Amino acid sequence: MAFWVIQSLNGLALGGLLFLLSSGFSLIFGLMRVANLTHGAYFMLGAYVGLSALGAGLDFATALLAGGLAVALFGGLVERLILRRLAARPPAQRTLAQVLVTLGLAFIIADGCLWIWGGDPMPLPVPAALGGAVRAFGFVFPFYRLVVVVIALLVALALWLGLERTRVGAMIRAGVDDMEMAAGMGLPVSRLFTTVFCLGAALAGMGGVLGGPILSVYPGLDTDMLPLALVVVILGGIGSLLGAFVGSFIIGFVYTFGQTLLPDLAYVILFLPMVLVLVLRPRGLFGTRAA
Amino acid sequence: MTRRFFVLVLLSMLVAAPAVALAQEPIRVGFLTVRSGPLAAGGRQLEEGFQIFIKERNGTLSGRKLEVIYADTAGQPALTKTKTQELVERNRAHIIIGPLAAFEALAINDYIKQVEVPIISSSAAAEDLTQRKLNPWFIRAVGTSAQVTQPIGEYAAKVLRYKRMATIADDFAYGHEGTSGFQRVFEDNGGKVVQKLWPPLNVADYGSYIAQIKPNVDALYTGFAGANGLRFLKQYAEYGLKGKIPVLGNMTNTDEGILKSMGDEALGALSAGWYSAANDTPANRKFVAAVRAEFKADPGYYTAGAYTAGLFLEAALKVVNGKIEDKPAFMKALRRVRLTEGPIGPMRLDEYGNPIMNMYIRKVERKDGRLVNSVIHTYPETSQFWTYAPKAFLANPVYSRDFPPAKNIE
Repeated sequence: MAFWVIQSLNGLALGGLLFLLSSGFSLIFGLMRVANLTHGAYFMLGAYVGLSALGAGLDFATALLAGGLAVALFGGLVERLILRRLAARPPAQRTLAQVLVTLGLAFIIADGCLWIWGGDPMPLPVPAALGGAVRAFGFVFPFYRLVVVVIALLVALALWLGLERTRVGAMIRAGVDDMEMAAGMGLPVSRLFTTVFCLGAALAGMGGVLGGPILSVYPGLDTDMLPLALVVVILGGIGSLLGAFVGSFIIGFVYTFGQTLLPDLAYVILFLPMVLVLVLRPRGLFGTRAA
Repeated sequence: MTRRFFVLVLLSMLVAAPAVALAQEPIRVGFLTVRSGPLAAGGRQLEEGFQIFIKERNGTLSGRKLEVIYADTAGQPALTKTKTQELVERNRAHIIIGPLAAFEALAINDYIKQVEVPIISSSAAAEDLTQRKLNPWFIRAVGTSAQVTQPIGEYAAKVLRYKRMATIADDFAYGHEGTSGFQRVFEDNGGKVVQKLWPPLNVADYGSYIAQIKPNVDALYTGFAGANGLRFLKQYAEYGLKGKIPVLGNMTNTDEGILKSMGDEALGALSAGWYSAANDTPANRKFVAAVRAEFKADPGYYTAGAYTAGLFLEAALKVVNGKIEDKPAFMKALRRVRLTEGPIGPMRLDEYGNPIMNMYIRKVERKDGRLVNSVIHTYPETSQFWTYAPKAFLANPVYSRDFPPAKNIE
């Protein structure tokens, strides 16, 4: 009994982290049709910035903001100075160019982090107030992971409210639905793109700081996280916040339980849902367009 | 007139040059390291260990200058092969030290046999390189994966009197070999391995594995590499298992390279290894002091491995009076090296090119405010075959995920 409870909570915690990572990716992909392969690196960069912020004596909440802001800034510059220039190309060339450029940026960020912070793996210290374990009904579970779940839910709520109840949110939804029409109706495309890109990057960066105490920060964190984000987004549907939310928790559960019940198929468990979705329902559970 | 004079000078220089050059030609050491990607921390420690060695010898061995050419393989076997080729063919290296990872060493094994260049492994622990895939040009300055875990199998059964244990290790060759060595000796001494867990090498989170550990085992064997030991022990403590189920493991679980980033969660963890920075011998105290002064950190697996590779090189060169070009004589001398002092302790090579040396059972403690691997027991003169006869050992397949078979799984 305790086993099932603990594994379910593990699945929730992993799902929460995945949501922070993949919601940004999904929005960027949905609105701007940019497969931002730098996303894993943004996650890692945020974690490193958070680590330095904590090292400088700032408290965890500030470090969280610092990680998010730093990556948002970086992402904004990338979008304005680099990705924008690729948008002018014909679609066939554009996709490949975007993939290559964002992938190249990921390598650059990874090397930069190695240069600045070194290659040693470093755990992000859990803030004292959130440490310790919950002991109930005969089992033990780290309190911090429950906090991660709660924060992920709050962020999901905030994003949903933003998308559904604000003008900017309406503009984003319109752009995801039909970009040409929306642009024709006078949408400020340029500002919207930058806003969404910065938001997506900020979410990834904060996800990195939040995940730091669980995953620790090390070279290779970006390549470990990116495939998970891709799987979630393909499963949930591109451009759909609900898809990212549901997809994250599905993958969180499938991954956690798959590892325990079918350990020899650990890697298969991870990618099988994605393969099934691509074959049976290419637009994902809640998406409007095929991947 | 002047032209003829000029040509004469040039000719005489060309004639004299080879003789002059040979006397002063440096010994070119090709050093395979990793400077990018997840293995970068280990690569840096390898280089640090070797740099300390060079500094102590003023960059000269047996009267000849040492020229070290570093090559970054990024931990990718295809690149390792390319870089090794460059070192041998373009840089004309006399000897190769490295590479870092076992899978890299296996990738270049055939090439080394083909070009006949001596190679000293300063960290790669793959068993077969000194067992079933022998290479006359290859020796190791460090132990194999199972060489350290076999002793702790006996220690767990005989000294700690554990009867039922679970194992958890990285799902790749190094993890498999270490676990198998441990299981074989533990079960031969009366213990039972009742559960084996294999998390993938890059798993994000050990939570789901920790939750599977059977609560009624006496202890847990852990076989992690790289940064995984750091993450695992932290999460192990978070789930409340620290102190409930004791942990004992291989050398890289609590290697000094990651130990410095750990906290209370590592206290009390046992491990086996052929080196500990806390080993209290004069040679090691000197080595550790030098590393601390230069790099502000304690030496671990990689630092000690690279430094010891240097010691082997030095000892062999002494025997051949620096003539590393005489390859057969140099290889013969290399295989006959006996080190009596050094950070690792006394070492000599068995007939397969693998060291016979002390194995230390270590316990993580806090001394002077920092975590160290204190040595609590020593098994002297331990070979890669433990107490088994080499021929019988080699007749079995190499240690792997399924060999020896686990007969006591519940």
